[in-house]
Amino acid sequence: MPDATHAFPHLPNLPGVGYKPQHFSDILTDPSPVGWLEIHAENYMGDGGRPIAQLRVLAERFPISVHGVGLSIGGEGRLDPDHLLRLKHLCDWLNPASFSEHLAWSTHDSHFLNDLLPLPYTDVTLTRVADHIDEVQTVLGRRMLLENPSSYLAFAESTWSETDFLAEIVRRTGCGLLLDVNNVFVSATNLDYSPQGYIDAYPLEAVGEVHLGGHDEDEDDHGAPLLIDSHGREVVDPVWALLDYTLAKSGPKPLLVEWDTDVPDWPVLADEARRAASALTRVLA
Amino acid sequence: MTDQTAFHSGLLNPAAPVPDGLTDAQARPAGRRYGVYRNNVTVSLREALAEGFPSLVGLIGRENFDHVARAYLRQSPPTSPLMMHYGAGLPEFVASLDQLKHLPYLADVARIDVAMRQSYHAADSTGIDATALQTLDEEALLSTRFDFAPSMILIRSSYPIGSIWHYTLRGGDKPAGQAEDVLILRAEYDPEPFVLGPGAGNVVQALQNGASFGAAIDQGGDAFDLAALLNLLLSQQAITYLKN
Ligand SMILES: [Fe+2]
Repeated sequence: MPDATHAFPHLPNLPGVGYKPQHFSDILTDPSPVGWLEIHAENYMGDGGRPIAQLRVLAERFPISVHGVGLSIGGEGRLDPDHLLRLKHLCDWLNPASFSEHLAWSTHDSHFLNDLLPLPYTDVTLTRVADHIDEVQTVLGRRMLLENPSSYLAFAESTWSETDFLAEIVRRTGCGLLLDVNNVFVSATNLDYSPQGYIDAYPLEAVGEVHLGGHDEDEDDHGAPLLIDSHGREVVDPVWALLDYTLAKSGPKPLLVEWDTDVPDWPVLADEARRAASALTRVLA
Repeated sequence: MTDQTAFHSGLLNPAAPVPDGLTDAQARPAGRRYGVYRNNVTVSLREALAEGFPSLVGLIGRENFDHVARAYLRQSPPTSPLMMHYGAGLPEFVASLDQLKHLPYLADVARIDVAMRQSYHAADSTGIDATALQTLDEEALLSTRFDFAPSMILIRSSYPIGSIWHYTLRGGDKPAGQAEDVLILRAEYDPEPFVLGPGAGNVVQALQNGASFGAAIDQGGDAFDLAALLNLLLSQQAITYLKN
């Protein structure tokens, strides 16, 4: 069904939320808290049924961001050609305002591990990731955004900082970036660096979207704080502050609130979206 | 160097050592930090299975289910990023477990869970109108063959699996002892498992295999209620095309 519209060519500089089916009627009843929605691509790769029917309805009302969680762009092997074609099919009929994926891997030896796994930052991995992004952008016929991960550990072999690595990928591939400020806060805490310093070094001009989400707190073997990117609660104050710090430098951006586990009732998520709206208002003031 | 083979090796094997080359910010071994990934992988796959198998969770309890799921996901991690299909092999795995041999119906009930999810994501289709059948003369009716909705799935069992499924998830009467065939149908977006009357499983299976209507109803036997089956198929939009 070639019903792709061109009504929403870009994500607006407004709050959006990660779409959950249980919020469908709430969102349609009062769409005012959100200006756009993000979906996980893989949940809309069935042949039909309610998920796709709902997505068709939502796509008429909202700009949609397609966020892939299974392409394994950081994987050592080649990209799964079947999966790439499934993404192409989805992007072709939906014509989303944005497509994004992760600087991570999730598939190895035909096993899909359903988690975003880390990679070292070296010349070798940089070339591989850049090649994979070239392939994605060629097959999809659109520019993609690449998201920074939450890190729990470091690789002894890494020779690039994450910010330089991302900047070089942007330079080589022309892709854009999805800046997850919660991931920055989590990684900075876990690996003992300044989150503001990360933002200072990050190529903000390439940012097409910003993520916000909640994390859990744990400890490592030495009693040091170990934050876990869980997307299961409210965004914490230091992450809102980091968002303000970022927006002051970057200007307004499309802001997404992610809440994927223990998903709350709509009013709670809508409040988080309103808080993101006020952050945008502050930067325009 | 920590390649992905090394990183992957310990994710599904809690006894494996933490791979070399992974550290904290002070270059000390990663330890628990690697455990975060190990835990994320296990928990996310386990939760996906629990969500996909509500009746199995209901029948054996969440704690037992988690044990089964952990063993299954270590042996059979997903082979595709489409998590909606993950767990199709779990019923067979359940059937192979000695600890669950005393519940011989479990695997077949779990097949309903798999089929409900398959049906939910199956392609949309439109059922034919009852008049399309009524206007056929007897000869044409007997020789016609049916196309069925992609969301229709037949599950045959020697156990009362439909009643067990209903009792587990929705309460009601305790299941009786006889074998049941279950037909999953999706009139719009919500699949529903219907327990078929006597002989109807044979008839539906024959029709699915391409038998003519006449040949299929011959498989129904004495207690088969043709009107009830046709009524169910038509009301649930299950017949999508008639061909001769
Ligand atoms: Fe994110």
